[in-house]
Amino acid sequence: MKSLLAALALTTALTIPGIATARPVALTTTLNNYGGDGAYLALYVTDADGAYAGSLWMAGGKSKYYEHLTDWYRATGGDPAQINGITGASVGAGRTLEITLDLADALFDAGYTLHIDAAVENMRDSPNEVAVPLTSEGADNPVGGRRYVASFGYSM
Amino acid sequence: MIRAFHRWPGLFALVLVTVLALSGAALSVFPAAERLGAPQAEKGLSVAELATRIQAAYPGVEQIRRGPSGRITAYWFDGGAPGSAVIDPTTGQGVASADPNQIERWLTNLHRSLFLGDGGRIAMAAGAAAMLVLSLSGTALVARRAGGWRHWFTRLRGPLSGRLHVEIARIAVFGLFLSSATALWMTASTFDLLPDRGATPAFPTAVSGEMGVALANLAVLGDTPVAELRELNFPYPGDATDVFTLKTDQGTGYLDQGTGALLNWSDLTGWERVSETIYMLHTGQGAATLGLVLGIMALGVPAMGATGVLVWLAARRGRPRIRGNQPAGQAETILLVGSEGGSTWGFAATLHAALTDAGQSVHVAPMSGFAPARYARAKQIIVLAATYGDGAAPASAKGFLDRLSALDRAPSSAIAVLGFGDRSFSAYCAFARDVAAAAKAKGWPELLPLDTIDRQSPQDFARWGRALGEALGIDLELAHQPVLPTTETLTLISRRDYGAEVQAPTAILRFTLPRATIWRRLTGAGFSRFAAGDLIGIMPEGSPVPRLYSLASARRDGFVEIVVRKHPGGLCSGQLTTLVPGDTVTAFLRRNPGFQPGRSRAPLILIGAGTGIGPLAGFVRGNAQRRPIHLYFGMRHPDSDFFYGEEMPAWQEEGRLARLVTAVSRGARPHYVQDALRGDTAELARLIRDGARVMVCGGRGMAAGVADTLAEILAPTGLTPAVLKAEGRYVEDVY
Repeated sequence: MKSLLAALALTTALTIPGIATARPVALTTTLNNYGGDGAYLALYVTDADGAYAGSLWMAGGKSKYYEHLTDWYRATGGDPAQINGITGASVGAGRTLEITLDLADALFDAGYTLHIDAAVENMRDSPNEVAVPLTSEGADNPVGGRRYVASFGYSM
Repeated sequence: MIRAFHRWPGLFALVLVTVLALSGAALSVFPAAERLGAPQAEKGLSVAELATRIQAAYPGVEQIRRGPSGRITAYWFDGGAPGSAVIDPTTGQGVASADPNQIERWLTNLHRSLFLGDGGRIAMAAGAAAMLVLSLSGTALVARRAGGWRHWFTRLRGPLSGRLHVEIARIAVFGLFLSSATALWMTASTFDLLPDRGATPAFPTAVSGEMGVALANLAVLGDTPVAELRELNFPYPGDATDVFTLKTDQGTGYLDQGTGALLNWSDLTGWERVSETIYMLHTGQGAATLGLVLGIMALGVPAMGATGVLVWLAARRGRPRIRGNQPAGQAETILLVGSEGGSTWGFAATLHAALTDAGQSVHVAPMSGFAPARYARAKQIIVLAATYGDGAAPASAKGFLDRLSALDRAPSSAIAVLGFGDRSFSAYCAFARDVAAAAKAKGWPELLPLDTIDRQSPQDFARWGRALGEALGIDLELAHQPVLPTTETLTLISRRDYGAEVQAPTAILRFTLPRATIWRRLTGAGFSRFAAGDLIGIMPEGSPVPRLYSLASARRDGFVEIVVRKHPGGLCSGQLTTLVPGDTVTAFLRRNPGFQPGRSRAPLILIGAGTGIGPLAGFVRGNAQRRPIHLYFGMRHPDSDFFYGEEMPAWQEEGRLARLVTAVSRGARPHYVQDALRGDTAELARLIRDGARVMVCGGRGMAAGVADTLAEILAPTGLTPAVLKAEGRYVEDVY
C-alpha cells in the first residue's frame, strides 16, 4: 500500500504546479500472483501522437534495472530527472500499489494515454503492460494488464 | 595481530557467514542441473533459424532468451493470454515450464538479502567482507603455522579441532576468497557504485515504416550463431515504428522490421564484460563445474566455524586470570610469557602463585610487552616461551627479540629462559633457544641455563621449579595441572613381571576399561576412545602432579595396558609396580596424535628400547591389515626383560609383524639397538627411500643415538632424520 502526498509529485510536468485546475487522482495497481520477486513498474503518460509526455511513478529503486522497462527506457533514455522524487519500492506479487497525485485537468479527455511498463527478475519484460486512455468516463473502470497486473484503475 | 584479524570477524560473522555458505552451496547445484537439463542447440544453428522454428510453433512470440547454460526460453502472447516455455531448439516447441524455480528463488533471496531488502543486502555484503578478511588473515596464519608458503600442504600436528580447521581451510580458502571477493563486486554493482552499466544504443529515429520481413531475411540474425544469443525481442504487432532488438555476447542492436537492416549497434563496454565474468564466477551460471566446486568448498565454512570456536574456547580456557599481579615497577620478579594457544599462560599462573606464596612480588606480562626500563626493582626476569610453527615467535612474544636487540645494554637483573615445545617437531623450543642465545649475546647475566618442557610435562616443570627455587634460595614446589582432566578409575586385571634379574624391575600392567556413559562414548571423551601411543596420566597418591605413560593398547583391545619400570625412589612407578589384581588407580587420558602410525600402507619401522616397546607392541597388536612392520627392540637380556616376548612369535605368524630384530646389551658382546640398525643399513635405506615411516620410542639418550645412526645410514640417499621429521615420516616419543 503506497500513498503519496501530492506535493511530492509536483516536480513533474504533468502536475502543473500552482495552477488551480488540478485535482487529486488516485491510481490503484494490483498485481497478480505471478510467482516471482517484486515487480518494477513505470507509470507514464503519452500524448495523442504517442509521444512521451511525462512520468507519474517509478516503483523500484535500482536504476540499473530500468532498462528492462523497455518502452519507458526508450522514451526517456533512463533519465533520472524524469522520476526524481516519484520513486518508491518495487511491488511484490499479489500486492497493491496505491498512489495519489494532483493531475492537471488538461490531461483528461485530450487523447493522453497512461502506460505501465513492468519487469520482474528472471521473468519476461512486459513493456506496455497496461495502456489506458485518460478520460472522465474511464475513471473507476479498472482494466487488466497483459502479464503481471491483475487490475489497474484511476479515480478522481 | 593477524590472529585478532581472524578471531573477531570470525566470531562476529559466524552466523551470517554460515547462512551465506550453506545457501551458496545449495544454490551452486542449480546451474549444473540447468546445464544438464536444458536441450542444447545443434552446432552452427543461427538465430534466424531458431527464431523461425519458434515463430512457427508460437506465432505470437515476443521474446526469445538464451541463458548462460544454453537454455532457450520463449515468451509469447496468444489470444490475449501470455505464455512461456523452455524451448527445444531442434523443434522450436516448448518442452518445460519457464517459470522461475521457487526453491532457487527462495534460496537466492536468503543468500543475497535475508529477505530484508537493501538492509539485508548490506548485511550479507558485510558477511562477505568478513569472509574475505577471514580468508586473507587465515591464509597468513596457515602459512605461518606451516613454516612458510612452500609448506602449505605440510602434515599437521596438534589438537584435532585446530588440525581440522586448517585441513579444511587450506583447500577451501581458494574458493572462499573467490566467492567473497566476487560477492562484494556484485553488491557494488547492484548499488550502482561501479561504472558497469550497459551501453544501450540510441533508439533509431527513422525506420523504413514497412513491416513483415521474413525472419530468414534478417541478415544479422542469419550470421549470429545461437551460442552468442542472449535475447531477441520482436516488434509490437501493428506498430510500424518498432524494431527487432537483438542482444548478443558482443553487444546490443536494433533491426528494421521492414528491411532487416541493422539500424544501430553498440558493443559491450569493458566494465560490463568484467562484471559479467565476475557474475559467472560467483553464480556458476555459464561455469557450472566451477560453481559446484565453489559450492563444495563453501560447505567447509560451518565446519571451520565450529572448529574455530573450539580453538578459541580452548585458548580462552587455557589462559587463566592471574590473581594479585604486581605492577611492573614494584615487582622483584618479572615473568614474561610467550604463548600462542594460551597453555603457557597456565604454567605462568602456576609459577606466579608459587612464587607469590613464597613471599615474592611478581609481575606477569606478555613477552611482547617487554619494557626493561620499567622494571625498577626487578631482581630476576623469567621468560616462559613457547614456539610457533617452524621456530617463529608465538603470538604474545611478537617484537621481543627486536626490542632486546635495540637495547644499549642488557638489564642487570638475571634472566632464566624456559622453553615449551613438543619434541616431535624438528624446531623443538627453537624460539626459546633464540631468546637464550640473544640474551647471551647481549651479555645478560644468567640466573639459570636454558631448560625445556616437553609437551606440557608437569614433571619437567616441577624439576625446573626446584632448580629455580635453589637459585633463588627459596623452597619452590610447582604442581602444575595444565588442564584439569576428568579422571576415571581403572582396576588392575593382571600383571606380568620382568627384569628383576637385571636390576630393572618392570611390569606390564593390564587394567579394565572404565565404564563409559553414553554421552562420553558419543563424544569420544576419556577412555571411550583411545589408540596405542596415546598417553595415560596416572595420579599417584601423595602428589597432585600426574605422571604420563604411553599406552600399549587401543580401545578395541578391550583393556588398558602400560609398561612400567620401577625407578629407585620413584613415587608413581613405585605405587604402580606394587599393585595386585583388583587394586585401582585414578587416571585420565591424554591424546597423542603426533605419535600414531597413521592409515598408510607404507612399511613401518618401529625402534624402541626398554619400556619404550609399549606403544610399539600396541601398534603391532593392532596391525590387522598386515602392514609390513619392522621392529627393532633393544633389551638387556632375553631371559629377563624381553617384554612381549611370548606374543611375538604369534604376531609374526599372523603377519602383524613382518620382521623382529633384537639387540641385547648385557653379555659378552654388548649390542644396542643402534648396532642392530647399523647391521641392517641397506635394508633400512631402501625401506625409507621407498616411503617407510619411522617411529622411535624410548629414553632420550637412546632416541638421540638412533637419530645419529639413521643419519649415517641415510647419508648416501641424501635424506636426513630432519627432512623425514619435516615430512612427518619420523616421529619420536621420548622420556
